[in-house]
Amino acid sequence: MKTLDLKKKYGYSVSSFLDLFEKNPSFPKGSFQIKKRGESYYWYYTLSKAKSNRVKYLCKAKGKESFQSALEILSKKFNNQNASVNNNIPPGPLADKWSNYRSSIPLVSPANKKKMNIVVIGTGLAGASASASLGELGYNVKAFCFQDSARRAHSIAAQGGINAAKNYQNDGDSVYRLFYDTIKGGDYRSREANVYRLAEVSANIIDQCVAQGVPFAREYGGLLDNRSFGGVQVSRTFYARGQTGQQLLLGAYSALSRQVKKGSVQLFTRHEMQDVVLVDGEARGVIVKDLVNGQYQRFAADAVVLATGGYGNVYYLSTNAMGSNVTASWRAFKKGAYFANPSFCQIHPTCIPVSGDHQSKLTLMSESLRNDGRIWVPKKKGDTRTPIDIPEEERNYYLERRYPAFGNLVPRDVASRAAKEVCDDGYGVGNSGLAVYLDFKDAIQKLGKETVTAKYGNLFAMYEKITGEDPYKTPMRIYPAIHYTMGGTWVDYNLMTTIPGLYAIGECNFSDHGANRLGASALMQGLADGYFILPYTIGNYLSKQISTEKISTQMEEFNEAEAQSTSKMQSIFDVQGNQTVESIHKKLGKIIWDYCGMSRSEAGLISALGYVDELKKEFWKTVKIPGEFQSFNTELDKAGRLIDFIELGDLMIRDALNRRESCGGHFRIESQTETGEAKRIDSEYSYVSAWEHQQESEPRLHKEKLEFENVKMAKRSYK
Amino acid sequence: MNNSISITLVIWRQKSALDKGKFKKYELKNIDINMSFLEMFDVLNEGLISKGEDPVVFDHDCREGICGACSMYINGRPHGPQKGTTTCQLHMRQFKDGDKIVVEPWRAKGFPVIKDLMVDRSAFDRIIQAGGYISVNTGNAPDGNAIPINKAYADEAFSAAECIGCGACVAACKNASAMLFVGAKVNQLSLLPQGGPERASRVQNMLTQMEKEDFGHCTNTGSCEAECPKEISVDNISKLNKEYLRSLIKKS
Repeated sequence: MKTLDLKKKYGYSVSSFLDLFEKNPSFPKGSFQIKKRGESYYWYYTLSKAKSNRVKYLCKAKGKESFQSALEILSKKFNNQNASVNNNIPPGPLADKWSNYRSSIPLVSPANKKKMNIVVIGTGLAGASASASLGELGYNVKAFCFQDSARRAHSIAAQGGINAAKNYQNDGDSVYRLFYDTIKGGDYRSREANVYRLAEVSANIIDQCVAQGVPFAREYGGLLDNRSFGGVQVSRTFYARGQTGQQLLLGAYSALSRQVKKGSVQLFTRHEMQDVVLVDGEARGVIVKDLVNGQYQRFAADAVVLATGGYGNVYYLSTNAMGSNVTASWRAFKKGAYFANPSFCQIHPTCIPVSGDHQSKLTLMSESLRNDGRIWVPKKKGDTRTPIDIPEEERNYYLERRYPAFGNLVPRDVASRAAKEVCDDGYGVGNSGLAVYLDFKDAIQKLGKETVTAKYGNLFAMYEKITGEDPYKTPMRIYPAIHYTMGGTWVDYNLMTTIPGLYAIGECNFSDHGANRLGASALMQGLADGYFILPYTIGNYLSKQISTEKISTQMEEFNEAEAQSTSKMQSIFDVQGNQTVESIHKKLGKIIWDYCGMSRSEAGLISALGYVDELKKEFWKTVKIPGEFQSFNTELDKAGRLIDFIELGDLMIRDALNRRESCGGHFRIESQTETGEAKRIDSEYSYVSAWEHQQESEPRLHKEKLEFENVKMAKRSYK
Repeated sequence: MNNSISITLVIWRQKSALDKGKFKKYELKNIDINMSFLEMFDVLNEGLISKGEDPVVFDHDCREGICGACSMYINGRPHGPQKGTTTCQLHMRQFKDGDKIVVEPWRAKGFPVIKDLMVDRSAFDRIIQAGGYISVNTGNAPDGNAIPINKAYADEAFSAAECIGCGACVAACKNASAMLFVGAKVNQLSLLPQGGPERASRVQNMLTQMEKEDFGHCTNTGSCEAECPKEISVDNISKLNKEYLRSLIKKS
């Protein structure tokens, strides 16, 4: 049968088609197609102008009426694009929201779970804990990581600890206090309901990890030990020497390994996600690249979970691992998942300063050092004496002086900005003048060298290896560096993105830390999402998918997504210019750090938009990739990640430009108090910025208004 | 003070697992001694790419000594000359002007070469999958303080748990034995009350898998401890043997 006759058989009529577009002139133009899949026919709509994501699935073709319903679905689809973001926060009092909601989420029966496939990208704290928990529930899980083993995800490098509202220290801690500290620490730019839930499940995480054999620090009585952390006045941080992230990740990794053995999780190492595949507007699979042979593979799924961490490497120099990247989130963004608050990046105050141009990454010194170390600079500008020769009265303990209540334990953004200010004023130390001292002299005197070694031994050793200086004898030199990104893929209360069936958990979503994250809260959030939230909330979506038709990776949608990924990589490979990927990445890092780093100005951001645009053109003209296409090629993999970082850089700058207030890690020099503190403007900016990708024009901003019913928005003061 | 040195690198180049592989010599000048060993490799690779040559492939990720990805055999020693240090934390100030540095991949049957200095360490994952865990489902845990644990045991368990799974112990061992890796995990979980119920089956399953992966046995030379970047004690091997004997007598 000819195509047109086939279309007519299922009710196709040109007049009703034209009618729809007359009523809705803003709808993108295209044509209707009918395609055979298996034994049945289906209606599709293909956009004529779009470059990607062209084919939209509509419905099954059945009978004369099916074209009419295809038209209705299409108009609903286009209208939906203009809808505002719905965070799906359940009703009821804050303290009961989660428990009530959890009990009302529809369940998937054990027999049906066995039939459902979930793809999880990333095996850090969030990804590994989610894969393990979903596997335990009976789902078929496929987990992917780009590293050679799941145990190497960058969660492993977290040093300080994990918060939980256990109140083991009897110092007045509670779920509400943890919730309040996190909201306040985030400078009132996070969702109350999400943060309260996080505080609620925090206690379960500790229990779970202890049961897995995570060797947390203990007191002599055999009970768990705690310490305090920046931005709070109680001791609620659990730790395992300076390697808490390692021990927690190994706990999650072992739970994951157990499921791999049982067969409920299939693990794919050295595999990187290239694209998410949408069928009928829902996430139904992924295209991944096997990094060892360079081949592309397709995987179908009932839901896809992104757990790919943060995008701090956009700055080139950061405390992230070399491989940490934004690619999975970015490709999802281009498929329609909104990206929220991209300009909210956390700059960690205690990192080892940059020593030269060759530097490939920055190393963090745990914030816990601020418990006992004292931060200072010389009172005299350009003082070149060695620190031990500078007498007590000629030292400026600027944090203790400026913030008497919190002293050296002020939140990260405050400590970082203060360090930048003293260095910008010419008081910085070290060869570059971009460093301040972190001194343990008093702590060693008071507590004894042994106690200091027990608490921070591994950090001191690491510092000595990197700098060649002994921190027991001379103060450490530290300077702020990019460490964590609060922004990320937008998710609702269920942790689902704006693409149905696509979830984002851990650092890669935006939800819990507002404009600034408190210390020891990243591990908490990663594990809360993976162990205790997603495994429940995903049921809400999957319970409706039981009756949905299974899909095959031979479908047009998969063909198109794979062709797009390969052709993009091919065109990068074909440039064959004269600049290495690293050298372009360094340029990007410098632009973003200089203009969208610790302080941001209107004029600077506007010029940075131009610089990023030029750099993007430069990339497409000059990038040089050695080796062969579709084979083992680390440079090509890096180039694919870099172009996503460049595009993200553009969005970060736009976001920073839009937000003409200072809050948390985002400091606009136009918005500060007389004493130079950050000035929030709640009347105008109390919202989440959710950005939507547009094919041909600039990204579009959606605002999710933040309502505070349980805390009073106050000026964040640590004085 | 002169802060830069010139060195000669002799690096193992191997195109794929099937390729025979050979050493190749590279000269590097003006290397800042504050660079890490891997940053020195970055400089080498940037130069190679600019000349249109294939860069040297090696595993690396966190570059702060904790992920366990880096794995170079430097002048005959896993992770190079500095004690208790991973390759990424090794700095060029450990070398002198004019030094010749030979760099090879881990050499062990259980760790086949993928390309150049990159090897396949998935055998370690399979050993953990065989039993390196406590079987507890999410949500089944009692309160974290319900079972007090003697601080001395908790600290010893932590010291064993510090293993980063890099494989230096295997690379250092003349028998390519993975006993230190297995011992560290078995000992960690045996020391904790939570690990009790599966104590016997765990050690047996992990050792069986270790043998399947073509790792050798221990002849007590202690080179694993000497080269371990986290200085995991060889006592863990004695305790592994003890756990194995115990498992033959007791069922749990």
